[in-house]
Amino acid sequence: MDFLSNHLLSLILFIPTGAALLLLLIPRQRLTLIRWFSLIASLIPLILSVILWLRFDPQGAKFQFVEEAVWYPAIHSSYHVGVDGIALTMVLLTTLLTPLAILASFSIQENVRTYMVLFLLLETGMLGVFMALDLLLFFVFWEVGLVPMYFLIAQWGGANRNYASLKFILYTMAGSLGLLLAIQLIGVVTRTYDITRLIEIWPQLDLPGGVLLGMPLATVKAVAFWAFVVAFAIKVPVWPFHTWLPDAHTEAPTAGSMILAGVLLKLGAFGFIRLVLPLYPVESKQYALWLAGLATLAIIFGALGAFGQDDFKRLVAYSSINHMGFVVLGVAAMAAAPGTLDANIALNGAVLQMFNHGLYSAGMFFLVGVIYERAHTRDLNAFGGLYAILPVYGSILIFTSMASLGLPGLNGFVSEFMVVRGAWGVLTVFTVLSMIGLFFTGAYTLKALWKVLHGPLNEHWKGHVSEMNVREMLVITPLMVLILVIGVMPGWIVDVINRAVMLWF
Amino acid sequence: MNPAPFELSMLLAILPEILLVVLAALVLLLNLGVRHRAEGVLGWLTAIGLAVIAVLSAVFARPGDTPQLIFGGMLRLDWVSFSFRLLFLLGAAITVLVSLEHARTITGEYLALLLVSTLGMSLMASSANLIMLYLAIETTSLPLYLLAGYYVENQKSVESGIKYMLYGAVTSAVMLYGFSLLFGLSGTANLAMIPFRLTQTGVSPLLVGGALFLTLVGFGFKVSAAPFHFWAPDVYEGAPTPIAGFLSTASKAAGFAVLVRVLLVTFPQLASFWTLVVAILAALSMIVGNLLALTQRNIKRLLAYSSIAQAGYILVGVAADSPLGVAGMVYYLTSYLVTNLAAFAIVWLVAQQVGSEDLDAFSGLGKRNPAIALAMLISLLSLGGIPPLSGFIGKVLVFAAAVEAGQVALAIIGVLTSVIGLYYYLTVMKILYRPAVDEAPLKPSLSWRTAMLICVVLMLALGVIVAPWYGQSLAAASALF
Amino acid sequence: MGFPVLSLIIFIPLIAGLIILALPAERKQAIRVVALVASLMDLVLAFWVYFTYDVQAGGYQFVERMDWVKSLGIAYFTGVNGVSVPLVLLGAVVLTSGVMVSWKVEERPREFFAFYMFLGSSVQGVFCSLDLFMLFFFFELAVFPKYLMIAIWGYPKTRDYGSMKLTLYLFLGSVLSLVGVLAMWSAGGHTFDMLELEKAGFSRAFQTGWFLVVFGGFAILGGIFPFHSWAPDGHVAAPTAVSMMLAGVEMKVGAFAALRVAITLMPDGARFYAPLILALGTVNVVYGALIAMIQSDFKYVIGFSSVSHMGLVMIGFATLNREGLLGAGLQMFSHGIMTALFFAVVGMVYDRAHTRHIPELGGLSQKMPLAALGFIIAGLVSMGMPGFSGFVAEFPIFMGAWQVMPIVAIIAILGVIVTAGYILLVVRRVFYGNLPEQLNALVGDVSTMDKIVIVGLSAMMVLMGILPTWTRMVPLIESGIAQILVLLGGA
Repeated sequence: MDFLSNHLLSLILFIPTGAALLLLLIPRQRLTLIRWFSLIASLIPLILSVILWLRFDPQGAKFQFVEEAVWYPAIHSSYHVGVDGIALTMVLLTTLLTPLAILASFSIQENVRTYMVLFLLLETGMLGVFMALDLLLFFVFWEVGLVPMYFLIAQWGGANRNYASLKFILYTMAGSLGLLLAIQLIGVVTRTYDITRLIEIWPQLDLPGGVLLGMPLATVKAVAFWAFVVAFAIKVPVWPFHTWLPDAHTEAPTAGSMILAGVLLKLGAFGFIRLVLPLYPVESKQYALWLAGLATLAIIFGALGAFGQDDFKRLVAYSSINHMGFVVLGVAAMAAAPGTLDANIALNGAVLQMFNHGLYSAGMFFLVGVIYERAHTRDLNAFGGLYAILPVYGSILIFTSMASLGLPGLNGFVSEFMVVRGAWGVLTVFTVLSMIGLFFTGAYTLKALWKVLHGPLNEHWKGHVSEMNVREMLVITPLMVLILVIGVMPGWIVDVINRAVMLWF
Repeated sequence: MNPAPFELSMLLAILPEILLVVLAALVLLLNLGVRHRAEGVLGWLTAIGLAVIAVLSAVFARPGDTPQLIFGGMLRLDWVSFSFRLLFLLGAAITVLVSLEHARTITGEYLALLLVSTLGMSLMASSANLIMLYLAIETTSLPLYLLAGYYVENQKSVESGIKYMLYGAVTSAVMLYGFSLLFGLSGTANLAMIPFRLTQTGVSPLLVGGALFLTLVGFGFKVSAAPFHFWAPDVYEGAPTPIAGFLSTASKAAGFAVLVRVLLVTFPQLASFWTLVVAILAALSMIVGNLLALTQRNIKRLLAYSSIAQAGYILVGVAADSPLGVAGMVYYLTSYLVTNLAAFAIVWLVAQQVGSEDLDAFSGLGKRNPAIALAMLISLLSLGGIPPLSGFIGKVLVFAAAVEAGQVALAIIGVLTSVIGLYYYLTVMKILYRPAVDEAPLKPSLSWRTAMLICVVLMLALGVIVAPWYGQSLAAASALF
Repeated sequence: MGFPVLSLIIFIPLIAGLIILALPAERKQAIRVVALVASLMDLVLAFWVYFTYDVQAGGYQFVERMDWVKSLGIAYFTGVNGVSVPLVLLGAVVLTSGVMVSWKVEERPREFFAFYMFLGSSVQGVFCSLDLFMLFFFFELAVFPKYLMIAIWGYPKTRDYGSMKLTLYLFLGSVLSLVGVLAMWSAGGHTFDMLELEKAGFSRAFQTGWFLVVFGGFAILGGIFPFHSWAPDGHVAAPTAVSMMLAGVEMKVGAFAALRVAITLMPDGARFYAPLILALGTVNVVYGALIAMIQSDFKYVIGFSSVSHMGLVMIGFATLNREGLLGAGLQMFSHGIMTALFFAVVGMVYDRAHTRHIPELGGLSQKMPLAALGFIIAGLVSMGMPGFSGFVAEFPIFMGAWQVMPIVAIIAILGVIVTAGYILLVVRRVFYGNLPEQLNALVGDVSTMDKIVIVGLSAMMVLMGILPTWTRMVPLIESGIAQILVLLGGA
C-alpha cells in the first residue's frame, strides 16, 4: 500500500487517462461495454479521492500528498503536485461529478467511445489544475482540459454547436494567452515555476533599480496581475467576459454542461485563490474594489439575464454567472482585507460555494437534460403543469432549485450566507448591491419552476413524457444527498477548507 | 629561361603531336581501302588511337620538375600543356565515338580533320611563341571551319561553316594585329620574354594595353565570351551536332589555355587592367548567356547560350589571377568538356530519331530510354552546378577564387546568374519526363554508349573524387606563376 | 572510429536509390520494398544514435573523418551533437513515413522512390556534416529530386509553377550562402572544417558584412519572411511524401544550416542582426497564421502554417539565449513531425476525395476516423496546446524572447490564437459536419500503412509533449545548445 499512499494524487490524476487509452482498444460497436467500463474507470478516482479525503490531515502541512518528479528541468519546471484543503475539496467535487456525468451520458448513442475517451481526458485535465504545484504544470492542465470540452460541445452539442464551441475555445484560449505570457515572464525573472517557492519570491521581488523590461516593476506586476485576472475571469466567468458561457452551456450535451458548470467554472475561481491572491497580494489589495465591482455586476446581470430567458438551459446557464459572482465576491473580500476574520469567512464561503454550486448546477443541468431528452424542447413557454404528470421529476427539480435559490437548510444557503457575512464587513456597498441580485435569483428560479411545473398543463405533453428512470435517479440522488447534508451540517467540509484558508492568509 | 638546344629527347615531348599526325595520315590512307566495308572500323580505330596517344603522352611526354622550353622556344612543355593535351585528346575521342552513331560522320576526311584540329589545340596549349601560337590557332580553326560546314547539302550547315569562318577570320586578323604590335613593341616573339623587353624599352602601358586588348578579342572569340559570342548559336545550330559539341568544349578549352598563358606570362604588369577586363567579360558572358538562353526553344541554341554563360564562369577563375583561379578554370573546363559533350551527344541522338531539335522533341525520353534520360539529367545538373557532379566542384572552385581575390561582386553575379541558368536546365529536365506521343524506345550504338558512359562516369568521378584531378589542375596552375 | 553509423545513415538511402534505379520499372513491389527496408534501416540507425548519444559527454560524437581534397581543406567529416541528433531522427522518421504513405504511387514508382531516397540522403548529409563543403554538397544534392518530384508527380495544375519557384528560391538561397561560406573559407585559413572555423575568430567587420548573406541564404530555405512564398506554393504542388519531406525536414535543413553556419560561426554578426531576425520572425508568425486563415485550399492552410511556425524557430535563434535556442531546437523537431503528419493526412484526403477545396469537403471523420484524429493531434501541436510537443517547444522560445525583446513574445503569441482559429475551422469543415453526397461513395478508410504513419507520428508528438525530458529530447538539445552558447560567448 506504500505505492498507493505515495502516489495517491498521481493515481487519481492518471487513472482516467489510462482508462481512456484502454477504451480505445475496445471495439467501437460494443456500446454497453464501453459505457460500463468508463463508469467504473471513473469510479476508481472517486474511491481514491474519498480515501484521500479521509487520510488528509486538516491540522497537517499546508500541502499534503506531495509528489515531485523531473519533468522539464531545462526551464525549471517539474511535475509537482499536492493538495491543500481547498484543492482537496475541488478534487472530490471533480471525481464525484465525473461518474455522475458519465452515467448521465448513457443515453448518448453516437460515437460513444470517442465521447467517453474525451470525458475521461477532461477529468485528468481538471484534476491536474487543482493538484498542480508548478505554475507551468498548472497551465498545461488548464489548457488540456479545453480540448475535450471543445470536442464534446462541437460533436455532441445542439444545433448551434459549431459557433458555441469555437467561441468557447477561442475565448478561453485568448484569455489564457495573457496568462501564458505572464507565466513566461515570471519564469524568466524568477527562474522557477514552483508555486510554493514563487509565492515567496514573486511578491517580494526586488530588482536593482526597480525596473523590469524597461518599465517600473510595479507596472509590470500590475500588468501581469491583470493578465492572470482576465484569464481566470473569463473562465469563472465574471461580467463582462461571460458571453461565451450561455452559448457553450446551451449547446453542450447534458453531461458536458454538468461538468462545465460543475467543475470547469471552478477552475477560474480556483485560479484566483491559488495564484492571484498569493502571488499578487499588493495588486490584489489595490484592485480589490474593481474585482468586487465586477463580481457584483456578475451577480446582478447574471440574475437579470437569467430572468430574461425563455430557454430553460440558458436560464440555468445565466444562473451560473450569478452564483459564481458570489465566489468572486468572496475572493475580492480576501483581496481587500487579507487575513482578517471577515475575509476568512468570505473566502471560506467562496470555496464552499464553489463546491455547492458544483453540486446543484450539475443537478440543474442534468434535470434540464432529462426534460429535454423527453420533450426535445427547452422553451419554457412550451412547458407548463408538468408536475401533474411528472411528480417525481417535479419534486427533484424543486429541491435542486431551492438549493440554488439559497433556501436555508440546503447547501446554497450556507455558502452564500458565509460569503455575504464575510464580505459585509469589508465590501459593504458591493454586498448590499449584490443583494439585489439575490432577489432576482429568487425571481428567476421561481419563474422557471412556474413555467415548467405549474400553471395549466400543456396537453401536448400528456403521454409523451415519461417519468425519470432508475439511471437518472442514480445520477441525481448523490447530488441531492450532498446538497442536503452540507445544508444541514457543513462542518466536516468547512473545517477542511477553513484550515487551508488560515494557512494561506 | 633560354631555350635548350635541340636534343632527340625533345621529340619525345612532342610525341603526342607526332602520333596525331601519324594517326590522321593512317586514317586518310585506310579511308581509301575500307570505306564501304566496315563503317565503324575507322572510327573505332581513331578513338582507340586517341586513347593510346593519351596513354603514351601521359607516360612519355610528362613535363619535368622545371618547365622545358623546346624547339628554339617555340613550345613549352609544362603541366599546363600536359593537362590540356589530355583534355583535347579526351574531347576528340568522345566526339569520335559519338560521331560513330551516324554513317555520315565517320568518313576518313571527317576524322582526319578532327585529328588535325586536335593537333592544333595541343600545340596551342604548349605554344611559347607568338608565331607558333598563331600557327597553332589557325591549324585548329581551319579544319573546324570545314567541319562546321560538313553537311554540304544542308543550308544551315553551310551557313554555319561560312559564318564561323568569317567571324574567325576577322577576329584572328584583329588578334594577329595585336600580336604584331606586341612583337613590334618588344622586339621578341617569345611570350616569356615580352614583359622583360617591354620594361626595358619603357613602352607606354597604354600601348601595351591596346595590344593586349586586341589579342583578347581573338581569345574572346575562341572561348565565345560575350560580347564576342554572336557566332556561337548560329554555328552550333547548323554544324553537325558532334562538331558543335567539340567546338563548344575542346576548342573553347584551347582558347582558355592560350588565354591564361598569354595573360599570366606576358602581361603580369598589366594584371590590374586585364583582370578588370576579364571580369567584365565574365560578368557579361554570364548575364548575356543565361538571359538569352531563357528564351530559346531550340535545344542546340539553348546549349550554345549556356556555353557562353559557362565561358563566363570559367573566366571568373581567370579573372582571379591566382593559382586557385587557374586550377579552378582547368577543373571547370574538364568538367564542362565531358558534360557538354554528353549533352550534345544526347541532343544528336534524339534529334536524329525525332527529326527535330526543338525542346519538345525531348518529351517522353524518360519512357523511351530511362538511362539516356538519366544521363541527360546528370549532364544538365552538372551544367547547373549541382552536386555530386563535377560542375558543382568547378563552380565552387572558381567562386572561391573570386572571393579569395576580393572579387565578391563577380561571385555574386555568378551565383545569381547560375540561378537563372538552373531555370532553363530544369525546364529541359522536366520535359524529359513528360509524356510524349512518340514513345518508341531509343537504341543508341555501342560506341555512343561507350562515350556516354565515359562522360557520365567522369562527371560523377570529378564531382566526388576531387583530389587527383584538382592536384593536376593546381600543378598546371603553378606552372604559370 | 568504430562503426560508421552516420555514414550508413547518409548513404543507405543513396545506395537504395541507386539500387531502385537499377531495378526494372515493372517490379513495383520490389521497388517499394527496397525503399521501405532502406528507410527502416535508416530509422533504426537514427534511433540508435538518438539513444546512444552520450548527453553527459556532449560535443560531437560518432565522428568520422577522411580527407577529401586536402589542399582545399575539404574533408568528409561527420559528427552529430545534441542539436543535430533529433534532426537526424526527424529525417529518418519522415523518410520512412513518406515511403509508407506513397505505397500506392502508380506513376513511375521507380523514379519516385529513387529520387525520394536521394532526398533523404541529402538531408541526413547536411545534418551530419562537420565540414562546410560537405554540408553544401549534400545541401544542393537535394535540388534535382525536389524539383523533379514536384514537376512530375505534383499537383497538375500548379506543379510547373510551384516546382520551379521552389527550386529557384532555394537554389538562390544556397548559392548566396555558398559565396558567404567561401568568404569564410578564405578568411578562416582555407579550411572548411567547421570546428576549425569556430576558432577562426572572424573580425567584426567581416561578420557584420557576411552574416546576412550566409544566414539569409539558408533562412530562405527556412522560410523566412519575405522569402517565404516558395514554401506554400511548393508544398502544395508537391506530392504528399515530398510535401512531408519539404516542410518537415527541408525547412529544418535551412534553419539548421542557418544556426550551424551563420550563427555559431559568426556570433558577432548574429548579435548585430538579431533584432532584424526577431522582427522578421515575428512577421512570419503572425502573417503566416493570418494568411493561413483565409485559405480555401486545405493544403495551402498547412503550407502557410509552416511559414508561421518556422517564424518561431527564427525567433528562437535570434534570441541567442539558452531558452530561445532550446525552444528553436525543439520546435524544429516538433514542427517537422507535425507538418509531416499534416501533409500525410491532407494527402490521404486528397487521394480519396480528389479535391482539396475546403467547402467541398466535410464529415470525413465518419469515413476515416484515424486520419481525423491524426490531423487533430497535429492541429493541437500546431496551436501549442500543452501536453503536446508544440507547447514544450514554443514555451521556451517565448521565454527566450522575453529576455531580449518582450514585444516579440507579445505579438507572436497572437499568432497562436489565430492558429487555433484556423486549425479548428479546418478540422470542423473537413472532418465534421455533413458528408457531401459525392464523397460518400468515393471515400474509404485509410490503408494500414497510413494508419501506422498516423499513429507513429502522433505518438511521437504526444510523448515528447508529455515527457520532454524522459524522451531525451530536451537533454539532448540542451547539451547541443550549451555548446553553441560557449561559441556565442554567453552563459
